Amino acid sequence: MDLIKFVEEQAVTKKESPSFKAGDTISVHYKIREGNKERIQIYQGVVIQRNSVGNNETFTVRKMSNGVGVERIFPINSPNIDKIEVNSHGKVRRAKLFYLRALTGKAARIKTRRV
Amino acid sequence: MSGIIGKKVGMTSIFDADGKNIPCTVIEAGPCVVTQLRTVDTDGYEAVQLAFDEKKEKNTSGPLKGHFAKAGTTPKRKLVEFDTFENAKSLGDTVTVEIFAEGDFVDVVGTSKGKGFQGVVKRHGFSGVGMQTHGQHNRLRAPGSLGASSWPSKVFKGMRMAGRTGGDRVKIQNLQVLKVYTEQNLLVVSGSIPGAKGSYVIVDK
Repeated sequence: MDLIKFVEEQAVTKKESPSFKAGDTISVHYKIREGNKERIQIYQGVVIQRNSVGNNETFTVRKMSNGVGVERIFPINSPNIDKIEVNSHGKVRRAKLFYLRALTGKAARIKTRRV
Repeated sequence: MSGIIGKKVGMTSIFDADGKNIPCTVIEAGPCVVTQLRTVDTDGYEAVQLAFDEKKEKNTSGPLKGHFAKAGTTPKRKLVEFDTFENAKSLGDTVTVEIFAEGDFVDVVGTSKGKGFQGVVKRHGFSGVGMQTHGQHNRLRAPGSLGASSWPSKVFKGMRMAGRTGGDRVKIQNLQVLKVYTEQNLLVVSGSIPGAKGSYVIVDK
C-alpha cells in the first residue's frame, strides 16, 4: 500500500485549490486543446459532491444548460484545471446533494452562507 | 529478449503529458540475481536463470542452498529462466529495473486469479438463454445443446463446458512503461496485469 502511495505522490503535482464543499457554486477554468492551440473554458455550477480522498479525489459540478441538467466530474489534481474560483458558499445539510437532480427552477435554489 | 521477475503491488492512476488520467499497475521488480547460465554445451540451449525475493535459510532445502551458494547469494523464492540477455551475464550478476526505460513496451506474464468452478456464461462468454418469459424458467444460464444426435453420437473433444476457471498463465502484451523508480525498484506499466496483489509476474522486454 505504501508503494502505491509513493507512486501517486511522485506522479501527481499537487495544486493549491481553494477550499470548497458540496453546495458551493464554483467556476472551473478548464484547459481545452484544439489541434495545437490551447484555450480556457469556464464551467460554472453547483458542487454536488466531493468523492474519495488523497490524490484521487474528484468533485462533481452540476449546472442547467438550456434546460438540461449537466454534470461533470473533475479530478481535483487534473493538470487541465487552470484554476478554481469559488463564487458563493451554499448552506446545505448534507455532503452529497443528489436530491438536486429531481428539482428544477426555484426549488433547486440553495441558500447562500456568509463566510 | 531480456526480462525481470517482480511482484504485483496494485493499481492506481496517473496523469500523462496531455492531462489524461491513465490507469496503471505498480510492479515491485528485482533486484534479481543470476543463479545459473544454461549453455548449448551442457544443457542443449541457452538461457539465463534469475532469482528473486528473499527467503529464510532454514526454509531452504539442501540442494537449493548449494545452488544459491554457487552463485554467491542468499536463498531466493522464485527462479525463472530467460532467453539470452542483450548484454552477456555472468554468475552472481544482479539485474535491476534499470534495463527498462520510460516509454518501452513490455509483456507481462502472471497467473490469473482463480475463480473456482464456473458456468459457461462466465467461463466462455456464452449469452445464456436471454429470456425469462415465454415458458422458460430454470435454464437462464444453461449452455444449451452440446451437438447433434445420431450423428456424431458423441460430444466433440474441446466442447466448451463449465469447469475450473482462472488460475491460468496469462500473458498481456505491449504494455507501456510509464515510470521507472530505480531506488525503490518500482515499475509502473499502463493498464492491468494478471494475478492478485503480491503474486509473482515476469516482465519481458
